[in-house]
Amino acid sequence: MTTTADVGIDDKLLQKRLDKAMFNRRLRAFMLVLPILLFLLVVFIIPIAYFLFQGIYDKTFSSIMPQTTEVLSEWDGASEPTEEMFAALVADMVVARENKTIGRVATRVNRDLPGSRSLFTSSARQAARLEPPFMESLPEVKDKWGEIEVWQAMKTASRKFTPGYYAAALDLKLQSDGSIVRQDEKRRIHLTLMVRTLQISFLVTVFCLLLGYPIAYLLATLPVKTSNLLLILVLLPFWTSILVRTTAWIAMLQSQGVVNDLLVFFGVTPDDARFSLIYNKIGTLIAMTHILLPFMILPLYSVMKGIPPSYVRAAKSLGATNWTAFWRVYAPQTVPGLGAGAILVFIVAIGYYITPALVGGQEGTMISNTIDGHMRQSLNWNLAAALAGVLMVVVLTLYWVYDKVVGIDNMKLG
Amino acid sequence: MKKVTTLLAAGLAAAVGAANAAETITVVSWGGAYTKSQIEAYHKPWMAATGNTVVSEDYNGGLSEVKAQVEAGNVKWDLIDVELSDAVRGCDEGLLEEINIDDFPAGADGTPAAEDFLPGTFTDCAVANIVWSTIYAYDASKIDGDAPSTIADFFDTAKYPGKRGLRKNPKANLEMALMADGVAADEVYSVLETEEGIERAFAKLDSIKDDVVWWEAGAQPPQLLADGEVAMTTAYNGRIFNAVASEDKPFEIVWDGQVWDLDLWVMPKGAPNKEAAMDFMKYSTGTEALAAQASWISYGPARKSSSPLVGSFHNKPELEMASHMPTAPDNLKNALQNNFEFWADNQDQLNEQFNAWLAQ
Amino acid sequence: MALPAYAGWGERVWYYAFRFICFLIFVFLIAPILIVLPLSFNVEPYFSFTPGMLSFDPDAYSLRWYKDILTNGMANPEATTGWWADVWNNAQWVRSMRNSFFIGFFATLIATALGTMAAVGLSRAEMPFKKKIMAFLISPLIVPLVVTAAGSFRAFSELGLAYTHLGVILAHAVLGIPFVIITVTATLVGFDNSLVQASYSMGASPLRTFFRVQLPLILPGVISGALFAFVTSFDEVVVVIAMASVEQRTIPRQMFSGIREQISPTILAVATILVIISIALLTTLELIRRRGERLRGVTPA
Repeated sequence: MTTTADVGIDDKLLQKRLDKAMFNRRLRAFMLVLPILLFLLVVFIIPIAYFLFQGIYDKTFSSIMPQTTEVLSEWDGASEPTEEMFAALVADMVVARENKTIGRVATRVNRDLPGSRSLFTSSARQAARLEPPFMESLPEVKDKWGEIEVWQAMKTASRKFTPGYYAAALDLKLQSDGSIVRQDEKRRIHLTLMVRTLQISFLVTVFCLLLGYPIAYLLATLPVKTSNLLLILVLLPFWTSILVRTTAWIAMLQSQGVVNDLLVFFGVTPDDARFSLIYNKIGTLIAMTHILLPFMILPLYSVMKGIPPSYVRAAKSLGATNWTAFWRVYAPQTVPGLGAGAILVFIVAIGYYITPALVGGQEGTMISNTIDGHMRQSLNWNLAAALAGVLMVVVLTLYWVYDKVVGIDNMKLG
Repeated sequence: MKKVTTLLAAGLAAAVGAANAAETITVVSWGGAYTKSQIEAYHKPWMAATGNTVVSEDYNGGLSEVKAQVEAGNVKWDLIDVELSDAVRGCDEGLLEEINIDDFPAGADGTPAAEDFLPGTFTDCAVANIVWSTIYAYDASKIDGDAPSTIADFFDTAKYPGKRGLRKNPKANLEMALMADGVAADEVYSVLETEEGIERAFAKLDSIKDDVVWWEAGAQPPQLLADGEVAMTTAYNGRIFNAVASEDKPFEIVWDGQVWDLDLWVMPKGAPNKEAAMDFMKYSTGTEALAAQASWISYGPARKSSSPLVGSFHNKPELEMASHMPTAPDNLKNALQNNFEFWADNQDQLNEQFNAWLAQ
Repeated sequence: MALPAYAGWGERVWYYAFRFICFLIFVFLIAPILIVLPLSFNVEPYFSFTPGMLSFDPDAYSLRWYKDILTNGMANPEATTGWWADVWNNAQWVRSMRNSFFIGFFATLIATALGTMAAVGLSRAEMPFKKKIMAFLISPLIVPLVVTAAGSFRAFSELGLAYTHLGVILAHAVLGIPFVIITVTATLVGFDNSLVQASYSMGASPLRTFFRVQLPLILPGVISGALFAFVTSFDEVVVVIAMASVEQRTIPRQMFSGIREQISPTILAVATILVIISIALLTTLELIRRRGERLRGVTPA
């Protein structure tokens, strides 16, 4: 039993067993994480994917108007509409009118061809009474049916998988032949908003940096007792509801508000020419800076706390001025905290919704507000999904950068 | 000891209430003084008469929530107070229950419902309760000299300096802009049908764009005026009237160029308490209820038979309501009815253009 | 950073100037929160200080808006019997407060249970794909809320979960998870794994080891993670706007419509109460942190 050959086998066996044990331990560790992964998959990832999918998928027209969709797919989009197409359209309209779904078709086509809504709803009302040839009887109801652009708009609407909404999200327009052109100047809006969102987020990040850095520095260099006390002043806003803080800023910044009262009292501005500080970009910037400032201070503070004061002292003893010691020795060591805070603030800012909605007015609203508007006012979920897709690309890219620069596992909260 | 008995009584009342499960319906409306008027004139008497409960919820108009609920197959709302264009659109898209006007009670004078309601105030899915109007108002204590009296004055920031409040929505704004630009009320929509007409309306709005504070909820304009955020603002006439009548604010309404519209009850398809809600709908559009509402807010009743019953403001007997209604002859001299078909057709496109214009 | 005795004139000026700047920033941080308190006692229905308030006229102050919190939405505020039951069942703010606590509690429970378990797994050296999993678990913090809300609403509608408490709870649990992960992982960094080994070697089961050895030591992290998760749910409004009907309305949702639809100082009164709640939470958290430091033998540097 104790030959050398056996030992050799045992070695391999041992290796195998070790591997197996290791695998089991990994599996056990993984089992601890599995429930949360499944939970997030079902409640978070799949829902978002499902929502984003609507940005390229729209079956409204094709499911309600199946016959028309079929004949339209064979149509070249340029020749005169045929009697077959008219017949299919009338047949579909009769059914859609009965099912009360014609309004949805009308809304769908109206997105591509404004003003065509009532064309569908009123024609559908009379569709059942029409006699063939429909090529003649339908244009008698509304002469617009004789125009080819109505048919082109229906052809565009009948595509189930469509790049149309992403095109619209980028201020482009999908045409019936499948080509994509720029949107009319009067209707270009999304790129402007995206740029504005980035601009506001950038400014908020810069302001947070300017205000957060001195505070973090002060907290990190004061004696622990004092700094713990002052830290509460940072944490209190952090723990206070965003709604409360936004409300507070409305009370502060409105024209009869505290800030304007003070400015009038100190004679900065006459009573009848108070500053507009809210319901515009300024209001959004101030309130968002206030709300996101702790996200900057906390990572900076935790990095600065770890910098030994001896480095700066050493620099000074070697003859550096205060400024040099700070700029050449201290500041470079704070860069990780700076990066962490800045990217975090930027990412959170870019998807901000509540504050711009309440204090942003017309020039302080952001892309999230538009997404919400498309979901809840114009009822265009597909466009909302496409816009959300664009936003997600930006955010996930930044998140990836954050992971590379800072590392996700270094994220800290207070 | 008294406290204990009160608490006991409270607990008992709650238990009894629960055992006696009467129906609870959810009625959705626009909030503020308007919902208040409905609670006083419709909800309370109906609850007293039937023992059912009305839960009141606020919203900001539009069909999005209705659509979401109907499509989710989980309808929470029983009745919704909507604008005419939404009532028509919702009916076309199959989001609303159909109703029959002949089921509604006759007027107090015996006129059948179909004739008692003003023309055009009921559809396949909706019945109007009131006529309301978008007007503009100003704070009289802040204006020296000539008071503004025409719609053109609203757009004249040289003559009347100061900020302007406008609803963040093209509806009514485009119409008012054209009227201020000299288009007669009865030609407004034919002008708006053309590309140039829309350009013209936007150009007029553009002339005051830098001075505009945008509002979204009906309760905001009186607040904006009271806070001095704006010198003049468009508003729903009832909201301004209420700030004057119950808060004694020095606001004045200018009726020239008003755009009037209807508010209607609709029932979402699959409403959870259909029967009770239908009963409430009939009750609240009855002659007396509509007349009673007019003593809480200055919106005109949709039934002819209610007009003679309209009295004075609920706690100010000296304040006659009739002259404050959008439908009073003096107020209708230069007025426009909102054209729902135009808006149903062009809403999406004009919203888009309006938002693009805002973002510029 | 005390000023040394040998500091020059310029250094002195900078020292005080810097402190003054910091003072101003602290004012910026705190002033808006404090301003809410006196305004909530305004007798007028508007958001600004009246001349009466500034001259401390007692008539300019009132508890009107606090009373409104209780009475707004009541079926019959003038009734003599059944007043409290009416408040409890019908008052809008009271109902939203009940919802906030109910949803917050269960969302916290789910997030904390799942999150703690995952954090324990992630702290093990043998854990595969650690960084990727971590990045995935933190992602709800990063994804714009509008997108999360829209996604949950669309998908939950299909499952009949839209406009239910359960739907809101699940969505809020997702949002709380990153906070639990971050705080619990942070406490586990200093955790001495030989304690677990010791427990195993003495024959304790993994479950027993977790509850008797690991959990008591990481408890401060778990509790603060739970508090974060609770506050996230308590403060969240975007998901609630999309997913909740009036029956699930929470305090922030009620405030949101309050600000947009019917602006009244009642919101300021609620805000004041919320500020007091957040002070209480903050104090709890600070006490937990100190206890945790004592337990783990970390002395403040």
